[in-house]
Amino acid sequence: MSTLTACNPASATQSRRIDYITPRANLHHDGEGYTLELEMPGVAKDGVEITVEDGKLTLTGRRAEEQSYGRPVYRERSQAEYRRVFDLDPSIDAGKITASMNQGLLTVRLQKSEAVKPRKITVA
Amino acid sequence: MSIIKYRNPELTTWSSFDRLSSLRDLLDSAFQLAGNASGFPENWTPALDVFEDEEKVTVRVELAGVTKDDFDISLQDDVLTISGERKAEAEQRGSESFRSERYFGTFTRSVTLPSPVKPDEVKAAYQDGVLTVTLPKAEEAKPRKIQVNLE
Repeated sequence: MSTLTACNPASATQSRRIDYITPRANLHHDGEGYTLELEMPGVAKDGVEITVEDGKLTLTGRRAEEQSYGRPVYRERSQAEYRRVFDLDPSIDAGKITASMNQGLLTVRLQKSEAVKPRKITVA
Repeated sequence: MSIIKYRNPELTTWSSFDRLSSLRDLLDSAFQLAGNASGFPENWTPALDVFEDEEKVTVRVELAGVTKDDFDISLQDDVLTISGERKAEAEQRGSESFRSERYFGTFTRSVTLPSPVKPDEVKAAYQDGVLTVTLPKAEEAKPRKIQVNLE
């Protein structure tokens, strides 16, 4: 099945020479479409960029400018941008993709186009 | 050439039972690893940064997807502890999971602060999934200018 399964193909990461980190993702599928959740802590709503091109869904998250908190004593958090690319299921209606950002969790809803949705047909 | 007593390989001593039991131990430990039914690790450790300047210590923790009500911040002596739970959203009916990389469940992170702080003036803010705890330094920890009279 060519659904949102392959991610981060080599071509997707070569466009710019910036280090990216891959956000953790959960993907659910139901009859109507897909729900994709990505963890992007530190990214505000306006730092998110979602593009659909050549059958690929690209999600980028840029962290908001951090203020200076002084001398770092201990650091684990990365400052890199988040980026992840998925192959888009052709049955998805690219015009109907919606997304919301809530406390660093990006939720993307991908609806299937009407033509491929499962439907019940009543026998007359 | 010497004569060696024939031993049936199928019945060689008790060592084969030892091998069997060690195989069982191995299997048990494998099942223990995958033990919890949820399929997620029992707990996770959020990434954390600590900063320090003359006035304060700042601790920043990545908690994406955890709601404000689901974590606690406590300070005991010079140890700051952040604990809580990331709750999985209720599964939608009839949905199947294609990817589950996110961690859910409880977490605890403790960090020893680099200098003494004023426990009554600790502030916390939660934005974009990052918790920022600001801990003003205790007076005795702040750098002081001392006037030295030269004679």
